[in-house]
Amino acid sequence: MNAPARRDITRRALAIGAATGIYGISFGVLSVAAGLSPAQTCAMSLLVFTGASQFATVGVIAAGGSAAAALAPALLLAARNGVYGLSLVPVLRGRLASRALQAQLVIDESTAMARAQDDAAAAHRAFLATGLSVFLFWNLGTLAGAIAGSGLGDPRRLGLDAMFPAAFLALLAPQLRRPGAPVAAVSGALLATALVPFTQVGVPILFSAFGVIPGLIVLRRAQAAA
Amino acid sequence: MSWTALLALAAGAYVLKAVGPVVVGNRQLPADVTQALELLSVPLVAALVAVQTLDGGGKLVLDARVPALAVAAVLVWRRAPFPVVLLAAAATAALLRL
Repeated sequence: MNAPARRDITRRALAIGAATGIYGISFGVLSVAAGLSPAQTCAMSLLVFTGASQFATVGVIAAGGSAAAALAPALLLAARNGVYGLSLVPVLRGRLASRALQAQLVIDESTAMARAQDDAAAAHRAFLATGLSVFLFWNLGTLAGAIAGSGLGDPRRLGLDAMFPAAFLALLAPQLRRPGAPVAAVSGALLATALVPFTQVGVPILFSAFGVIPGLIVLRRAQAAA
Repeated sequence: MSWTALLALAAGAYVLKAVGPVVVGNRQLPADVTQALELLSVPLVAALVAVQTLDGGGKLVLDARVPALAVAAVLVWRRAPFPVVLLAAAATAALLRL
């Protein structure tokens, strides 16, 4: 890996981090609007550090659900980090303590950057640079959003409750290009909507996971046809 | 949200991230399992869109969040930046509630 290649990785890592900072600000505002304290909001970004799960948690709580109701869907959303971690095993070498620390940085962005490199050394550098950059900007953004959000008034009057579905839609859209994903999305949304009148907050989200089944069937057919 | 629940979430999220680098080593998961786990977030996030738009406290309601989501959908489709999508959705709902 030469110097220009290293600089290129650093530059991309910073750009991705800065973009994530904007999401961090949004998360901070919405979390405080949902009733979490600024300290809890910042602790969540530091310790949980996986965006979709964090948005899901504060979304369920904002809708009146208990923390317990928020936990299961949030962890299901975090399950893909497990897959990322497995795919990064050849990249994340070193002592146990070092690997344990780096595991906190296993997220969408760092995995995607690592996978885009040609060799293991570049992949490790890309993983670390992107993970640290996103960690820094995500947490700075969260802090800024939590402070700004604390000064806002009634969340409903300001339309902040409408920000949640908009945020999830923006997170969903780029994932829909994969075969099977549109079917999985529609199935999950319909299943959850149907369950709203009969179950507690958070439960419909949990059951929407079954939407993955028709999605996988379509994916298999697409792969068989290819 | 209690601190206990928050720490439980943090612990659970960390364990998931650490399974590969810390526990598993070089073994490979079956391709079926990997595919299912990678697709899992799609129905969950789609359900969040639907429920956060239509849930009116245990019953389905159509309120200002529906047109707000429609505005957001157009902006997402036009590839508007994330903050613009969120602010437009909030502004739409806020204006309809005046």
